[in-house]
Amino acid sequence: MKVFEKPQALTDAVLHYCPGCTHGIIHRLVAEALDELGVTGRAIGVAPVGCSVFAYNYFNCDMVQAAHGRAPAVATGVKRSDANNIVFTYQGDGDLAAIGTAETVHAAARGENITVIFVNNAIYGMTGGQMAPTTLPGQVTQTSPYGRDVSKVGYPVKVCEMLSEVDGAAYLERVAVNNVKNVKAAKAAIKKAFQNQIEGKGFSLIEVLSTCPTNWGKTPIDALKWLDENMLPYYPLGVYKDKTQNAE
Amino acid sequence: MAKVTFDESLCKGCGLCTSVCPKKIVVLKDELNAKGYHPAGITDQSACIGCAFCATMCPDCVITVEK
Repeated sequence: MKVFEKPQALTDAVLHYCPGCTHGIIHRLVAEALDELGVTGRAIGVAPVGCSVFAYNYFNCDMVQAAHGRAPAVATGVKRSDANNIVFTYQGDGDLAAIGTAETVHAAARGENITVIFVNNAIYGMTGGQMAPTTLPGQVTQTSPYGRDVSKVGYPVKVCEMLSEVDGAAYLERVAVNNVKNVKAAKAAIKKAFQNQIEGKGFSLIEVLSTCPTNWGKTPIDALKWLDENMLPYYPLGVYKDKTQNAE
Repeated sequence: MAKVTFDESLCKGCGLCTSVCPKKIVVLKDELNAKGYHPAGITDQSACIGCAFCATMCPDCVITVEK
């Protein structure tokens, strides 16, 4: 009996991500959730701009690719055109927390019944490792060679904390994929976010803390350790909002 | 008995699977695959307990686990 194999909701395309990039794990968790809930056939994903732009080649469902940061707005249109669609966006921190902040906040405020997968690796990956809105204080990047100086460039944006004050958001959780236990918890959170949509409970966002070994300048295994030691204290894991218990 | 198989052509040699194996039987091989990476493999199939930790951490769906 197979206890672990590639989910049906992923295509046979070879992932283009760097060795050890945890995007691959998160793609698989989304695909497993779609398979287990039996909604792959009516799922429509919205790919972002960034490393994960080619998500449209990797998921075995219909996909749209949105302009930079506009995935929640495109997802709104796709969902409203036919509420039977299961619509998700897959966005990085440069997409969702920088150029797409307005679309994210307003999609949440409107309480759109969509699922947002937000991958936070604290750096711009595709463009070569520049400082992102989510870069940690003191973190060295291409554009902050002496470490992020908060007196000059301000503080990181904590998306889950920010959206927890938005009344329209239904479910917000932050998870990580740096060890087996956290990957299993991330899977449960992503599945719940899709379940919420199926039950019409509204806007769900799962923030997944991820690694970028290439631009962090670390080996894949050291990158997991760096995430554990540096990102988890600044971005605590947990459920930031859960309105789904009381929803009709 | 547990059986774990690696699709070496997909492996990028990141080694995340080697870091989580409780039996320490998943290692990177000395030879190269077609991509030019050292692919992951298993040293002692009979010692595998089928926990699938390696597959859980694999970003590239290289690993299939049977029990």
